Amino acid sequence: MFDLILTNTETVPGREIVRHLGLVQGSTVRAKHVGRDIMAGLKNIVGGELKGYTELLSDAREEATRRMCEEAKVMGANAVVNVRFSTSSVTAGASELYAYGTAVILS
Amino acid sequence: MSGLITVAVLLMIGLVFGQINEQNHFKRLQRDEEELSDILTVNLKTLPLDMQPNAMMVSGNVVVAVDYFKKIATGIKQLFGGRLRSYESLVERARREAIVRMKKQARDIGADAVYNVRLEFTSMGQQPRQAFGGVELLAYGTAVKLK
Repeated sequence: MFDLILTNTETVPGREIVRHLGLVQGSTVRAKHVGRDIMAGLKNIVGGELKGYTELLSDAREEATRRMCEEAKVMGANAVVNVRFSTSSVTAGASELYAYGTAVILS
Repeated sequence: MSGLITVAVLLMIGLVFGQINEQNHFKRLQRDEEELSDILTVNLKTLPLDMQPNAMMVSGNVVVAVDYFKKIATGIKQLFGGRLRSYESLVERARREAIVRMKKQARDIGADAVYNVRLEFTSMGQQPRQAFGGVELLAYGTAVKLK
């Protein structure tokens, strides 16, 4: 999926970290659209999974991760360790997905 | 009067379908969890030394909506405070589902353990001042192959 090694642990098994290059980050703000909102309104009567939102958020998170990876590649890294995700709702119906980690060079 | 009827009908639909949905979901979760029980999930940060090189991040997320019955029942319950069982089960479903999806992804890439599992919770409101419409649970971790 991404051509860098990504982990959310501090080390990568079997590899040694040669250099730390610093923090890299990627974010995206996404809004849901009306069609999905109507479906969500219906789902709010019977309950259950909101597939539209699940997809929306996982796509957005992937986008944030990709941006983070691009930044890491520019720095010349071949891995990002200790990756963390965070989500915040900016306004009603829109959320910011944020991914950050430490870019490193592995042996 | 017609407003009351609408609310009553919605409550009934919410109660019946919400319960059915929830029971089916719990059954499915039970089955999936048994199927995926061979994949180890740990929330330890440090990796043991005896594993194959390289690792990959895996994640799973799910948004679960509250049903109408839960919404109204919770509104009434909040007058008295105490335990909100209906929301407990909602969050439990979401959490277990997210972990199951993460494990499925780990299995798909041939890993047999997930380290440093983290869970992230987001509550999704529909309108600014309205009670929340659902919860999002994200589970993520580092998938590795043990030797």
